[in-house]
Amino acid sequence: MQAFEYVAAESLGEAISLLDKHGNQARILSGGTDLIVQVRENRRQVDLLVDIKKIPEFNEISYNGSLQIGASVPCYQVYGNEDVQRLFPALVDSTSIIGGVQIQSRASIGGNLCNASPAADSIPALIALGASCVIQGPNGDRKVSVEEFCTGPGQTALSSNELLVKLVVPKPANNSSSFYLRFIPRNEMDIAVVGVGASVELSSDHKTFVSARIALGAVAATPLFAEEASNILAGQPVSEESIQTACSASKDVARPISDMRGSAEQRKHLVGVLTKRALNGAISRIKETA
Amino acid sequence: MSRKVHVQTQINGDSIEFLCEPRQSMLEVLRDDLDLTGAKEGCNNGNCGACTIMVEGRPVNSCCMLGVEAEGNNIETIEGVASPEGLHPLQQKFLEHAALQCGICTPGFIMNAKALLESNPNPTEKEVRFWLAGNLCRCTGYDKIVRAVLDAADNGDDDL
Repeated sequence: MQAFEYVAAESLGEAISLLDKHGNQARILSGGTDLIVQVRENRRQVDLLVDIKKIPEFNEISYNGSLQIGASVPCYQVYGNEDVQRLFPALVDSTSIIGGVQIQSRASIGGNLCNASPAADSIPALIALGASCVIQGPNGDRKVSVEEFCTGPGQTALSSNELLVKLVVPKPANNSSSFYLRFIPRNEMDIAVVGVGASVELSSDHKTFVSARIALGAVAATPLFAEEASNILAGQPVSEESIQTACSASKDVARPISDMRGSAEQRKHLVGVLTKRALNGAISRIKETA
Repeated sequence: MSRKVHVQTQINGDSIEFLCEPRQSMLEVLRDDLDLTGAKEGCNNGNCGACTIMVEGRPVNSCCMLGVEAEGNNIETIEGVASPEGLHPLQQKFLEHAALQCGICTPGFIMNAKALLESNPNPTEKEVRFWLAGNLCRCTGYDKIVRAVLDAADNGDDDL
């Protein structure tokens, strides 16, 4: 592996000043399951890795009116968290299928976001849940919605001297739930051909959509918020027909490429299939918990 | 070459100090510097699980962890699984079920199966298969491994 320096930062301030000093040659290390492989394979040049796992606030996950997930919290702590299981099931769906258990022991949801793969499993779930990113730099902090965070494959809204501190997921409304699923040709341990996350809020009699958020993975250069498809559902009856309209609108925003995992045509088709399943999955969960 | 870093850690119950370069993976430190060659290098990119070790009670791929990250950690490797009195029940069951052929993947399977049984002492076959999805075996076709793990879970041994 290429040579680099390593610092286990002891505070957020130290991590930011190291990034400010080293610029693009420094990289934040959390679980390392993407980064260490990229550095080893010379897909990324680094002079310095700044380990943030020893800073307590990056490892905290808590629910108090909103869900706060520190950028280093590993997947197994996300899907093992009782508040997440109860209120944010799409996060359980997505974090429990990122790699195998050895990967989930270290890989963080913050790292999944900062690695900015178009096929990242946790990102459509976060977008569907309306999550936002708390970013800190030398001049203070700012908030960016998850759908605006990824700007291209491997590219994010972070400047070279900024880092992701935590994710904030708002409290879900009453009569709401969420769902994430992906299509892969195997049973597990694979990269999404298409992934779809959905959150749904229904009226108290479960007959009408109050609101919905649909997000798509692996069908564009970044994970997408299917805004029009989401808005179409508001006020509509919970029926096959309204779900089908949303599925068509989801397909319209997908701009997939053909590659070894699937053709553009197959991916477009899958967007329709998975959007329907994600919406129905979220609706079933609302009815189950009612 | 970067300056070597001093790391203090616990491995298989022993207090261990080592010097390593930041670029060395935990797997390289174990195998090349500490002569603990039980963890194997398969893919070196987090797919195959042959290098699985336990860090703070969780299974991790040691190829995707830096040696310097081990500072202050409690680590267990395949070398620490058997006791002086004999094999661990999982090791015994792997032998009885012939759950290995070439053997390269076996240390990783044992470590990850041990992690499973510690968190879920009576898993279903489906749970075993999903938990072990991060370990690849190109010889057995997995079935004998799954049988061995289920049998080890069934024997009621409190040491698991």
